[in-house]
Amino acid sequence: MTFSWARAWAIAAKETRHLRRDRLTGGMIFGIPIVLTLLFGYAINTDVRGLNAAVVDDANTSASRALVAAARATQVVDRLATARNPWELQELLAQGRIAIGIYIPPDFERRLALGQRPLAQLLIDDSDPTLLGVAKGLAALPIDQTDPNAAAATFEVRALYNPERRSALFIVPGLCGVILTLTMVLFTSIAIVRERERGNLELLITTPVTPLELMLGKIMPYVAIGYIQVTLILALGAWLFNLPIRGSMAEFYLAVGLFVPSVLTLGLLISTLVGTQFQAFQLTFMTFLPQLLLSGFMFPFDGMPRAAQYLAEIFPLTHFLRIVRGIVLRDAELIALTPELWPLAVFFALGMALATLRFSKHLD
Amino acid sequence: MTAAITATNLTRRFGDLTAVKQLTLSVPRRSIFGFLGPNGSGKSTAIRMLCGLLKPSDGEANVLGIDVRGNPEALKQRIGYMTQRFSLYDDLTVLENLRFMADIYRLPGDVRDRRIELTLQRFQLTDRIDQLAGTMSGGQRQRLALGAVTLHEPDLLFLDEPTSAVDPESRRQFWEFLFDMVDQGTTILVTTHFMDEAERCHELAILDQGTLVASGSPTDMKQNLPATVIEIESNETRVVRNVLMPQPMVIDVAQMGTRLHALVEPGRKGPIESLTSALATQNLTVSMQVVPPNLEDVFVMATHGLVPA
Repeated sequence: MTFSWARAWAIAAKETRHLRRDRLTGGMIFGIPIVLTLLFGYAINTDVRGLNAAVVDDANTSASRALVAAARATQVVDRLATARNPWELQELLAQGRIAIGIYIPPDFERRLALGQRPLAQLLIDDSDPTLLGVAKGLAALPIDQTDPNAAAATFEVRALYNPERRSALFIVPGLCGVILTLTMVLFTSIAIVRERERGNLELLITTPVTPLELMLGKIMPYVAIGYIQVTLILALGAWLFNLPIRGSMAEFYLAVGLFVPSVLTLGLLISTLVGTQFQAFQLTFMTFLPQLLLSGFMFPFDGMPRAAQYLAEIFPLTHFLRIVRGIVLRDAELIALTPELWPLAVFFALGMALATLRFSKHLD
Repeated sequence: MTAAITATNLTRRFGDLTAVKQLTLSVPRRSIFGFLGPNGSGKSTAIRMLCGLLKPSDGEANVLGIDVRGNPEALKQRIGYMTQRFSLYDDLTVLENLRFMADIYRLPGDVRDRRIELTLQRFQLTDRIDQLAGTMSGGQRQRLALGAVTLHEPDLLFLDEPTSAVDPESRRQFWEFLFDMVDQGTTILVTTHFMDEAERCHELAILDQGTLVASGSPTDMKQNLPATVIEIESNETRVVRNVLMPQPMVIDVAQMGTRLHALVEPGRKGPIESLTSALATQNLTVSMQVVPPNLEDVFVMATHGLVPA
């Protein structure tokens, strides 16, 4: 049997009708992006600000007071209570009432003059690992205002794309990829199983429809839905979090057109592997979690072990995150992102071929 | 003219279970051929092999000149298959379902619209075009299903227990549609476990536990039945049956409503007298007469392995 676009379209039109009548799926198309964007944009925040802190200033000189003022000026510490001695600091830390304790010893001025030993001590509640990074920032606090002779900081750090270090700016573009990976795979993973469970497949396989027509017809409507979701997420990002879109939208949409089909084929492949819709859901989440964790969305890609990096290079999400951050935040040109584009194309072609081969027009 | 279907020693195994054993049959064109058998007798498995949905474990079958053992995709455009379970889309309307099927068979636009119009009229669905298939009654769904699988005017139609979920009036009407189609040149293979439906087929194959136990036209099968049928009327049919069953000449006693049909070995002299005396010992008096066999008698004999296939 030869391939017919007309039959693929007939399948696509039918899928669209199912979608229009299925309120739950319809709700998920809009609900998941809205909820996740709000959740990640507002609640999940890796900026550390407004920590409770306490200080013991045993030196009590103008220089020590300037250091405390400088620490407060970073906005990392918010309320700065005064404690009587280092033991009280430790107690406050243990009770969880402060996250950072600053101890300035009585010989602060002498240490400052000699410039050899550390000037003061920071006590950190490092049961929360993110605070350790904060401590490093505070430890490097320049005290040039207090001593004109002190050496200037070796590096001046300039953040080019997110100088205010707002998490939403990093997260929202990446969220496009994460949400699409979740919803697209979720929708298509049940596409074939549902027909099998409802008995429609037995009729369908006695018709001249070919596996490739069926597969393409099944994913076509979702490509359009992918575009709707991406637009929705970026619009929410721009409206609520002042997400700037620095690159070309046309090029971004082009990249989406490659990413969405590649995640859709993952869903199709799942659908041909499982026997029930429930198994499809399970397998979807099994493939989603490693992507979420290893793609570089939650944890820095470069910090992962080699093996995990190789694994992550397979995922469409890993490549799409680099593309979307490149275009949206760095104004990168799509052509420069070619190394991230072809893996998506390969994933799509392989996924489609596997799903088509897996799908048999036989009942056994 | 060659037969629409010829099968030789067609066999299908599922693990240790043999669902269809060495089925050999020939279905003439322009006729209704019935598979009669209880649930689990292998009717559906046989149909699925003939449609190309299941690969035979053994044997061969030629359907419309195409060997089903290979990749019988060329067959798909020429057959229609109405599954046992309603397999159109519950969440699509009547018209959407019909359009979908027409597009899958690639009917050109004008032909598509004309055939759908005709199907809607023929199956009395014109005033329901916008109703969701899932909200229709059993009879309406069955008409829609038949309409959907005949839009492309297949040469061969497979119907797997098409009337199991519909009332007798719809059933009668359904068979009228089938005879119309045969009249227009279609060959129909239908499975059923209803005797009255089997009676309407041009030819029958009785299946029992995967094996063909009898075949032929209903009339021939009844005439050639190797048994005498004695109809017994009694108020105590269960007691009478228990007395008659152990009699050496009695093959089986089947209840048909308030009557019993005793199948007695042929060639015995005075079967009525023998049975009457057997009942008299238990003080049972009944009225008996020899009657022509009906299809159920044939079925009972066949499943006892007593009808030459």
